[in-house]
Amino acid sequence: MDAKFFPQTAELLRFLPETILTIAGTLLLVLEGFKKDEDSRSVISTLAAIAIGLAMYGTVVAYDNPGLAFSNMLVSDGFAAFFRLVVLGVGLLTVLCSTSYLEREKSNSGEFYVLLLFSLAGQCLMAAANELIMVFIGLEVSSIASYILAGYIRDDKRGNESALKYFLLGSFATAFLLYGVAWVYGMTGSTNLQEIHGALEKGVPSMTMVSAAVGLMLVGFAFKISAAPFQVWAPDVYQGAPAPVSGFLSAGPKAVAFAVMIRVFQTAFGSLMPKLEPVLWVMALATMTIGNFAAMWQNNIKRMLGYSSIAHAGYVLVAVTTHSITGTAAAMFYLAAYGMMNYGAFAIVTHVAGKGEEHVTLDHMKGLSQRQPAVAAMLTIFLLSLIGVPLTAGFFGKFYIFKSAIDSHMYWLTALGLLNSAVAAYYYLRVLVVMYMHESESTEPVEAIPGGLKITMWLTAAMTLVLGVFPGLVLDFATKFAVLGK
Amino acid sequence: MNLLDILIAAPLLGFLITLMLPKGNAGLIKMFTLVFSIGVFAASLLLIEPVLQQPAAMTWVTDAPWIATPAIRYHIGMDGVSLWLVLLSTLLTPISILLSWKYIDHRVKEFFAFLLLLEFGLIGVFVAVDLFLFYVFWEVCLVPMYFLIGIWGHDRRIYAAVKFFLYTMVGSVLMLAAILYIYSKGGTFDYPALLLMMESGKFTMTHLEETLLFLAFFLAFAIKVPLFPLHTWLPDAHVEAPTAGSVMLAAVMLKMGTYGLLRFCLPMFPNASKENANWIAILAITGIIFGALVALVQPNMKKLVAYSSVSHLGFVVLGLFSGNQWGLDGAVYVMLAHGISTGALFMLVGFLYERQHSLEIKDYGGVATPAPWLSTVFLVTTLASIGMPMLNNFVGEFLVLQGASKINIWWAVFAATGVILSACYMLWMYQRTFFGETPEGVKHHMHDLGAREWACIVPLLALMVWMGIFAQSFLPSIGASNKKIIDRTALQTQSTTTRAEVSNHGR
Repeated sequence: MDAKFFPQTAELLRFLPETILTIAGTLLLVLEGFKKDEDSRSVISTLAAIAIGLAMYGTVVAYDNPGLAFSNMLVSDGFAAFFRLVVLGVGLLTVLCSTSYLEREKSNSGEFYVLLLFSLAGQCLMAAANELIMVFIGLEVSSIASYILAGYIRDDKRGNESALKYFLLGSFATAFLLYGVAWVYGMTGSTNLQEIHGALEKGVPSMTMVSAAVGLMLVGFAFKISAAPFQVWAPDVYQGAPAPVSGFLSAGPKAVAFAVMIRVFQTAFGSLMPKLEPVLWVMALATMTIGNFAAMWQNNIKRMLGYSSIAHAGYVLVAVTTHSITGTAAAMFYLAAYGMMNYGAFAIVTHVAGKGEEHVTLDHMKGLSQRQPAVAAMLTIFLLSLIGVPLTAGFFGKFYIFKSAIDSHMYWLTALGLLNSAVAAYYYLRVLVVMYMHESESTEPVEAIPGGLKITMWLTAAMTLVLGVFPGLVLDFATKFAVLGK
Repeated sequence: MNLLDILIAAPLLGFLITLMLPKGNAGLIKMFTLVFSIGVFAASLLLIEPVLQQPAAMTWVTDAPWIATPAIRYHIGMDGVSLWLVLLSTLLTPISILLSWKYIDHRVKEFFAFLLLLEFGLIGVFVAVDLFLFYVFWEVCLVPMYFLIGIWGHDRRIYAAVKFFLYTMVGSVLMLAAILYIYSKGGTFDYPALLLMMESGKFTMTHLEETLLFLAFFLAFAIKVPLFPLHTWLPDAHVEAPTAGSVMLAAVMLKMGTYGLLRFCLPMFPNASKENANWIAILAITGIIFGALVALVQPNMKKLVAYSSVSHLGFVVLGLFSGNQWGLDGAVYVMLAHGISTGALFMLVGFLYERQHSLEIKDYGGVATPAPWLSTVFLVTTLASIGMPMLNNFVGEFLVLQGASKINIWWAVFAATGVILSACYMLWMYQRTFFGETPEGVKHHMHDLGAREWACIVPLLALMVWMGIFAQSFLPSIGASNKKIIDRTALQTQSTTTRAEVSNHGR
């Protein structure tokens, strides 16, 4: 291995998004100390948004310099660029939504954005990790920041519960992952994905141990993507965390956890996939079913969206199970589409919930179409997209996933998955019912929608519809970059 | 871009424009949607002539790529069957708008906007010849109807709306699975291309495959028709829906199911259609008799008409699965005739409701005295619905019975009892509502038809008579389209048997 004292410029460019996010985060942390009064703090959120924008540009630069970096620890390819853009996009939406939210909750301070930037840096690192230790580092950087974000409203009991639960279960899951990594290293002598692949080709002392190690890693990933039977934390965390953070958690870290899972399993353990398929099959079906059936009984919208995010993880798992290029592309498209529509839904919850997030049950949505027709119409778009009604992004997401499943001859999983999505229609419809078919009980004046939230809503709604008519805009990229280790 | 493209796009455009109109100005909204939909109807009349030139082939075809991977095309076209169904949709939309003029007094804008969105979906369903595109329009229809029932319906509207949505959704996801399977096997969603591949033997299905695919499509369509015993959503949806919703639902939306059977199930899966024809026909006949018997004991007018729809649609399915020219022609004719006459019945029941605010038959009586014209019109519609010769339903039901008798005389015998029963329940309801003592309340509320109501009903009355007397205006084009389907079915069954024989010889 040729180690140089100074890394090459190309290598640095491949690491540009993470560099920008980390430096920006650190600078903002310093800047925070100099801004004492509330007003001047708002500049921090603007700077954070600019930093994320720069990181997006950095992603493009990294994409233009494809290749490995830092002794093959990172890889800058289209797959990494795709997920970096997805998480950065979600991050940007989070900044837009959070400013007004934090002001409303009287917790506006710079640390929020700093943590967000660090979390994003970790997620970008995960997307580009070519090595199990890097995966672990990225995961930890991302998670630790997310734990704090989940409990950011310090005097809110539910937030604290959410953060604690997320922290305890999350670290537990990471431990599983790390244990799996250690075993893999023991068996193959490497943590590099390509080298693991090579070692497995050549033969290892005990295939059983490798399978067990993959099993341990799968447990770790399953926690992060909230797949059954490791999904129990998700509803509690999404319910308790501040609404913009819930949206962030359900879209960003989850997408990138899927990315890592796909990359690791397909590059390093591709030969084990046939063995893994039945496990993933059952996991996918159980995740969809548990998520959907549990969501049917929820009255709290955040909690319902939490369960629904479990169900959607199940759909993506179907695509992962296929272990095919079309499946990977479908998963990529779905995660991007889901990030958008789900964040949009959480943005609307953020707005409707009001101060202290007191209006988060179905009853509070009564007559929303009368009081705030535009908001209700946009939430309708998101919900129809989550159901999977044509001409929305969510429909094409499901369409591509189940198409890839059919192509891989998984007919039962397709049929059961599609029936599952019909079940899911029920609980999304419940929200439509209360919004449109009940009269409003509230006499409180309608709050104006803050600018950032408004932009988020309109942007995500527009994108949901545009992708519902022209899915090629995203799918073409996904298909191009889904090749990975094959 | 031809006239049909514009015609599909127009209601969507109208929907968007309506959404942008000021909320407070109800008059403007109603006027705009009415004029707009009449314009769409007038334009749709221009479609007729070119289609009649060559009803068996596709006219007004547009075939453009929409999505590259998977290859989804915006491929539309029209033959002698879809033409009349499109016209039915474009005719009933302005009528439904006019008929809701006074009935809808809250959230006016959304109501009329949704009617236009519904029209967009309906036209699309009837002209799409790409499986994927068809599925898209199929689902698009679901959303506006869900809101129409759920927002402007009666007391149990939410239950009915959700039931309607979920029933249809369950059926359609299985259809989606089947469509995906066909794509993964054939590599295209394009329907004519698929049929060509099937004819030339490039696309072959094993017996099991064909049966399962057939059942997946069939279930989706049968729920929509609705075929007994999947009909339970229909009475709920009809009773709870506002009048315009019932009219659109009965007159056009139910036909989506039977149209799907005719357009997709029969030509794509000829063998499975033949093999399963028996039990399907029996279900259809059960539906005919069951629907009629249940209608007989309904105290609620709308429910009565709803069950009569179950009965009539049974005729359509019976005709389709008779598989011969009479049966298919009759089935399509009943589809159109039922659209007109049951649409009119729901409308007239709606008129009664607007006066008396009740759907229970027992709250009426002697309506003929204060409202003679309303009674006359109702009587004509009733007679049309029960299949009186010279009126529209007769032609279709007669053809269906004839077609069914060619296959199995007992099918025709049992189905014919449905015609007799329909006379019983309809005339009995008519008698209880319009004759006898006039209660004080009825006398007070019951005024005769107004100008707007006349405008709604006259086109339908005219069509009832026209379709009853000049069936030749419609039948040749329907027959030509159907003949193509029958020929193809026969051809394909033949080619499958020859292939089977060849392979047997090979062994």
